[in-house]
Amino acid sequence: MSPEPFLGTTSHTPVRHHILSVLVENKAGVLARIAGLFARRGFNIYSLAVAPAESHARFSRVTIVVDAESAPLEQIVGQLDKLVNVVAITDLAPVDAVERELLLATIQTNTANRTSLLDTLANAGAAIVDVDPGAVTVMLAGTPASCDQLERALESFSDVELHRTGRVALPRLGEAAPQ
Amino acid sequence: MQLTGAEALIKSLEQQGVDTVFGLPGGAILPVYDPLLDSSIRHILVRHEQGAGHMAEGYAMATGRPGVAMVTSGPGATNIVTPIGNAHMDSTPLVVITGQVATGSIGTDAFQECDITGITMGITKHNFLVQSAQEIPRAVAAAFHLATTGRPGPVLIDVPKDVTQSKMDWWYPSTIEEYDLPGYRPEIALDEDAVDRAVALIATSQRPVLYVGGGTLKSNAANELLAFAERTGMPVVTTLMARGAFPDSHGQHLGMPGMHGVYTAVTALQRADLLISLGARFDDRVTGKISAFAAGAKIIHVDIDRAEFNKVRHADVALQSNVGAALRAFDAAGAMPASMDAWWREIRSWQETYPLVYDEPTLEGPLRPQHVIASIAEKAEAGTIVTSGVGQHQMWAAQFWDFEEPRTWINSGGAGTMGFGVPAAIGAKVGRPERTVWCIDGDGCFQMTAQELVTARSEGIPIKVAILNNAYLGMVRQWQEMFYDERYSEVYLSADLPDYVKWAEAMGCVGLRATNLKEMDDVIDEANKINDVPVVIDFRTDSSEKVFPMVASGASNDDIIVHPSQQGRAL
Repeated sequence: MSPEPFLGTTSHTPVRHHILSVLVENKAGVLARIAGLFARRGFNIYSLAVAPAESHARFSRVTIVVDAESAPLEQIVGQLDKLVNVVAITDLAPVDAVERELLLATIQTNTANRTSLLDTLANAGAAIVDVDPGAVTVMLAGTPASCDQLERALESFSDVELHRTGRVALPRLGEAAPQ
Repeated sequence: MQLTGAEALIKSLEQQGVDTVFGLPGGAILPVYDPLLDSSIRHILVRHEQGAGHMAEGYAMATGRPGVAMVTSGPGATNIVTPIGNAHMDSTPLVVITGQVATGSIGTDAFQECDITGITMGITKHNFLVQSAQEIPRAVAAAFHLATTGRPGPVLIDVPKDVTQSKMDWWYPSTIEEYDLPGYRPEIALDEDAVDRAVALIATSQRPVLYVGGGTLKSNAANELLAFAERTGMPVVTTLMARGAFPDSHGQHLGMPGMHGVYTAVTALQRADLLISLGARFDDRVTGKISAFAAGAKIIHVDIDRAEFNKVRHADVALQSNVGAALRAFDAAGAMPASMDAWWREIRSWQETYPLVYDEPTLEGPLRPQHVIASIAEKAEAGTIVTSGVGQHQMWAAQFWDFEEPRTWINSGGAGTMGFGVPAAIGAKVGRPERTVWCIDGDGCFQMTAQELVTARSEGIPIKVAILNNAYLGMVRQWQEMFYDERYSEVYLSADLPDYVKWAEAMGCVGLRATNLKEMDDVIDEANKINDVPVVIDFRTDSSEKVFPMVASGASNDDIIVHPSQQGRAL
């Protein structure tokens, strides 16, 4: 549960994206329940990351970045909380959260682009995780903004295959911790 | 004690106190039907699975106990999807058990396989696909807990055939912890601050209305409502789902609001300075054009489901609670509005100018449908339960039958499911056998589920069905007359095809017909004398009769269209 009960006024947050850190039972079909709820209620998901939570095989954590303009956040949280398999929801405004995301990209290399590519990677703080004579795979674990930046920088290279995980988040220290 | 999964399933239902299951067997659920033979549970064998679902709903709405239905996999399961969706919209507690193909066959497009948990994900409160026989007791206990607590609703348990055939060591969960529902917390502490703010709002109000919804019935709060209303003297409206929550004969009752609501109920909401919403959800059929709904009113919204707050209308005070607890808290805090003298004078003048009316019938017929309903009601004993299908006859029944106690009006509100009436009446009669049960039906609705009268006759369930036979899909006809230049498209059904009397007789029921006032009185009396078999009456009613008042779809409630005989009246 969020530290704040979602009662009272409708809050159209000025921040377009909101992060919901959702603890769910690790049961078959849970993701379908969440995705189905968002689809049938017309809520938009910006990104979604799922993994087992902490050391409990019993629970998973779903980090959903929602478009809080598609529906009032209070509605999204209220409906989500009615899913029986949803155990707890922590609502994080981006300003109150530490967010990280992983970016992986494979770029075709040649003598002409190698130097500028290495510069780009160095500037972004990205690491090389795989190489072969004609290509390199790089990764960046960073803020969504830094991933955005690297993604834009890589647009000037041809033949880039790029994957992002979607973000995970925790409250900034000093804010209330998720249960 | 070793049991098969099937035996464990039946024993679990017995453990939950289930006395009746509505169902129809088939391949995947076959193992469960064997131990059913040795159980004390009464099984009602339906003729179509949709009937089983609506019967379970009727049973639940009449008794307040969860209705239970059991069907097989594939088409058996998909046939009960409509009742599940209906129960979801009207928050009716149901437990639906579906057979499933063996676990090893799931996902292979096996015979009569369908993904019923996937299909019903969005229209159940929750559903389970049981993976092992050992888990059956937990699934059943959890299903009943979910269906009946918090905001009630339908829960589905899908049980693969190999699970019901395999062995388990009998156990039954004895505590809620054993249900294994870590994410389910229906009980919440009353927000005292919200109560205080509500009481403060009430104190400043001069034009309050108690806007009573179906949640008031679900939480069995009719007594608290009566006490609160009488202590404060506030006017009351009861929505379609709440008819019977407050006595129609009570002087503070203004009737039903909404698209076909009583003028005074609709207008009181529009002119109020405060609505106290009790288990209601600001449905579009109540609010009309939402931006024009009760524009000057503050809202105190009491609901057990917090997702209802601010969904449609901003709540000035949102109080998550069941209705009874909230009203007790308001009473304890001495909630009292300011003087309502002027408000009541205004309300009384509306009531005087725009009562619910219909044109007088002529002796030779055709019958006026409203008059038929009023005549049945007049001859019915107190406490008679009324069910209906969906359409004009439903609205007339809600308008012209006076309901005096909870759970005497059973209909399909949110989903608007045609064909609900007959099976719901059967379920209601099974749950409350001491009561007379009338189904006020339309000819279109009757044709959708009438086969369940075979069930009623063979199971000894003597319901009474009044078909208001106007030979049309009447509500659609009304819209085509009023909004589509009288271009009647695909709404004519014929009054004589089928022959309802012969059809009733073929199903083992008594079939009667009335075309004029004399016959009407006679057949109602005759029907009232029959208490051993179902009775069906074909009342020939005026096709051109329309439901008034009416607020056109999407229009403001201020633009309510009153009965033609009242149009042009000055207040």
